Amino acid sequence: MALVLAASFIGSFGAAFLKSGADRLHRDVRTLFTNWRLAIGVFFFLASSLLYLRGIKEGELTVLYPMVSLGYVWTLLWSRLFFGEPFTREKLIGLAMILVGIVFLALGNR
Amino acid sequence: MSAPPIAPAPVAPKRNRKLSIALVFLCTLLGAAAQILMKTGTRATTDAGPLGLIVAIFTNLNLFIGYSLYGLSTVVLIIALKYGELSILYPVIALTYVWVTALSVGFYGESLNFWKFVGLTTIVLGVGVLGRGMKKQA
Repeated sequence: MALVLAASFIGSFGAAFLKSGADRLHRDVRTLFTNWRLAIGVFFFLASSLLYLRGIKEGELTVLYPMVSLGYVWTLLWSRLFFGEPFTREKLIGLAMILVGIVFLALGNR
Repeated sequence: MSAPPIAPAPVAPKRNRKLSIALVFLCTLLGAAAQILMKTGTRATTDAGPLGLIVAIFTNLNLFIGYSLYGLSTVVLIIALKYGELSILYPVIALTYVWVTALSVGFYGESLNFWKFVGLTTIVLGVGVLGRGMKKQA
């Protein structure tokens, strides 16, 4: 469970780096390969994916897969902090529901 | 005779909205199948270190197909997002959680209990609410 939750955390950094990298892309295709932010984003996704694989090796998918939704919580947090995207009431309610749902899943985990 | 008036391009025609929802639905099925294959594949690995797992992704058929489907579902999702609004598509994406849970019960004999059921329902609804929040921002 800890592995999957850590994977969601690392993966959300992947998304943040991809976004900041994509913001700096130009029409030239070569910029796709010289953009270090994109490279770091892909690296974070890979690392996150390996942690996730390790996590689901043991443990139940009925508990672990929905826990990936914690990634939404991180991603919205980074969007607010790094990209200045505002929190709306719906976003906050959605985030709270996801967090509560993850606690319920943990309670159902054996 | 005057030139025909140029109609403004519609932002999101209805036809495209249906197409995008159908594509996202396909995505959820592909994504769920990927999860089951990845779980089956990772259970068969003996070396679960980072390098061992990377090798396994290319040598273990279940993992390889699982990752391929995962990639494919991501590509389909990106195409769908081009045609539809995130706020409508998010709740559909949350269906993946339902499929994965159903398949885990079917393939691995995992059991649902009260807390898992309540947790899953809360998360699916939460992702749906989150999607509604995306609409306001755009």
